[in-house]
Amino acid sequence: MPFTEEHHHFRRVVREFVEREINPHVDDWEAKGMMPLHDLFARMAQLGFLGLEYDPAYGGQGADHLFTVILAEEFGRADHGSIGMALGVQVDMATPALHRFGSDELKRRFLAPTLRGEMVCSIAVTEPDAGSDVAAIRTRAVRDGDEWVINGSKTFITNSLQADWICLLARTSDEGGYRGMSQIIVPTDVPGFEVSKKLDKLGMRASDTGLLTFTDVRVPVANTIGEIGRGFQQQMAQFVLERMWAAYGAVGACERALERTREYLGQRVVFGRPLLGHEYVSYRLAELVAQVDLLKHYNYAAAEAYMRGEDPTRFATIAKLTAGRLTREVADWVLQFHGGTGYLEETWTARFLRDQRLGSIGGGSDETMLQVLARMDGFWV
Amino acid sequence: MQVVVCAKQIPDPATPYELEPDTHLLVRPTEQILDDTDRYGVEMGLQLAQASEGTVTLVSMGPAGNMQGIRQALAMGADKAVIVDDPSLRGSDALTTARVLAEVIKREGFDLVIAGTESTDGYSGVVPQMVAELLGVPALTYATAVTAGDGSVTIHRQTAAGYDIVEADLPAVVSVTAGVVEPRYPTFKGIMEAKKKPVETLSVSDLGLEPDIRQKVVSVEPAPERQAGEIVEDDGEAYLRIVELLEKVKVI
Repeated sequence: MPFTEEHHHFRRVVREFVEREINPHVDDWEAKGMMPLHDLFARMAQLGFLGLEYDPAYGGQGADHLFTVILAEEFGRADHGSIGMALGVQVDMATPALHRFGSDELKRRFLAPTLRGEMVCSIAVTEPDAGSDVAAIRTRAVRDGDEWVINGSKTFITNSLQADWICLLARTSDEGGYRGMSQIIVPTDVPGFEVSKKLDKLGMRASDTGLLTFTDVRVPVANTIGEIGRGFQQQMAQFVLERMWAAYGAVGACERALERTREYLGQRVVFGRPLLGHEYVSYRLAELVAQVDLLKHYNYAAAEAYMRGEDPTRFATIAKLTAGRLTREVADWVLQFHGGTGYLEETWTARFLRDQRLGSIGGGSDETMLQVLARMDGFWV
Repeated sequence: MQVVVCAKQIPDPATPYELEPDTHLLVRPTEQILDDTDRYGVEMGLQLAQASEGTVTLVSMGPAGNMQGIRQALAMGADKAVIVDDPSLRGSDALTTARVLAEVIKREGFDLVIAGTESTDGYSGVVPQMVAELLGVPALTYATAVTAGDGSVTIHRQTAAGYDIVEADLPAVVSVTAGVVEPRYPTFKGIMEAKKKPVETLSVSDLGLEPDIRQKVVSVEPAPERQAGEIVEDDGEAYLRIVELLEKVKVI
C-alpha cells in the first residue's frame, strides 16, 4: 500500500486524538446514550478529519482516499463502536451523494457547515417495512409547486436525535420498485418532522438512534440531491462508501481487540503458565490475526481500486460481508479467552461483543451482501 | 518576535530502548519522534510568535534520521528547522550540546529561546541554562506560564510552594514545564505543509566548532526492581500501623 510519511503522521495524530479526546469519555457517553456530536465534530473539523476527500471549495481537504482508510481504521480502535459509526455517517454515509451530485447552493448550505462540524447529519433509507429491500420503501414526496410534501417514516437512523439535516430517500413518482426515488435534504427544524422514538439498542449505546416520522413535511424541490428519480442509484453508490468505511473500521477494532487480549493473556496464569503459552489459545488467536490481516489487505485492494476510478462495488460487498462476520468471531473469542472476567460489564469485551454485533446487520446485512454478490457473479437466476 | 524553540528527536518511549554494549549509548533508530516535552515548548513558541506576527524556528541536534520528529513540530506550525547532525557529536555531553545549539541560535537570530526543562531520553536538565550563558542572556527556568512583549518576558517559575514571578528583558532563554500550555494536534493541512517547509542540516564544521566531549558513560546499571509492599492484616488494630506508615512518609 503506498502509504507516505504524511499518511503515517496522520495516523499517529488520529490515534492520539482517539486516545485522549474520545476514550476517556466513552463510559459517560454510554451511560447517557448520547455523544456531544456538535462539539466533537467541530473539534475534528479543525483538524481536517471531516471531508478529507471533499472539494476544498466547500471546506474539504482535497486528500486522497488512503487518509479516509486511516481515519476509519483509527476510529475503529476507539473504546466503543459508536463514535466510529457516528463519524462514518457524517463523512462517508450521509454526505457523499451531496458532494458528488448536489447543486452548488445545496453544498454551500448543507455540506460546508457539516464539514465545519457546525451541522450534524443523518442518512435515512430504512423504514419499518423496508430495510435491505430498499426498493420497497414507501416514504413519499409529492410535488406541490416548488415544494415536496413528504409523508412516511424512517427507522434505525443514526445521529438523528442531534441531526440538523437528513439525507432522505423517498418515492417521488409512482413508477414502483427502484424507479422513481429521489434523495432529498430535509432540515430537522421543519414542521412535521419528528423523532417519534429514541431506540434502545443491544450495543452502540452511546449512539443516538431514532424512529423518524414525516407528516406533511414541506421542503423546496431545490433540496433534491442530483436528478429527480435517480435517488436509488445515487444511494446505491453512497452505500458502497458506507460499506468500505465499515470494513476499514472493523480492521482497527479487531486489531485493537486482539492486542488487548494478547496483553491480558500474557499475564494471566493458568495451570502454571500464561494463557498465551497454551497452544490452543495461541493458535486460535494467531488464526484470527491472520484473518484480520487478510481483511486489511483486501480493504487496501478495495481502496486502490476506488482510487484508480474503478467501480469498487464487488470489493466493498465482500469486504463488508467479511468484516461483519470476522468482528463477530473476534468479539466472541476475545470474550471467551477472558473467561468469567470477559463476561463482566466492567471488562471491555462485553461492550465490544454488543457493539460489533451490528456489523453484520447495519449498512446492508450479510444476507444482502450475499445477494448482491450472487447477482454480480451470476449465481442468481 | 523571533522565537527559537529547541526540540529533540528521541526514540519512541513506547518501544524498548537499546544501548550499545561498548559505549552504553542509546541506539537511535531512523524513525524518532518529537520529545513529548518539546511539544509544550513548540506550542508556547507558536502562541507567542502568532501573537506578535513573528516566526518560530526549530533548532535541534542529533541524528536526523527520517526527520519524523522534526516534521511533527513543523506540522504543528513552526516555520522552519535547523538540525545539526554530525557523527562527531555522538555521545555529546550537555555542555557540547549547549555550545552547538547556542551557535545555531546565534546564526539564526532570536528574541526568545524556548526549551523544555529536560529531555525524556537524557534528563540532564541543564542545557537551557547553559545555552543562556553561552548566548549571554538571562535564563528563566521551570516556567508554568509565559507572557512576552514590549521587549520583556515574564514567567511563573514553579517552586515547591507555588510559583515566583520572574521578569527579564529580551532576548532571553525560557525553559518550560509540561503543562505550560496544551499542545495542539497537527492538522491535516499542517501535516501536508510540513514536508514543504525548509529544513537545514548542518555539520559541526559548518558551525566552525570542534566538539570537545568530556563526558563518558562508564557503566549502566538496571534500575532496582521495586520492593514488595507491606501487607497490613487487620486484627482490629491495623490502623495503628497504617498511621505509623503514613507518618513515616510524612503525609500526616
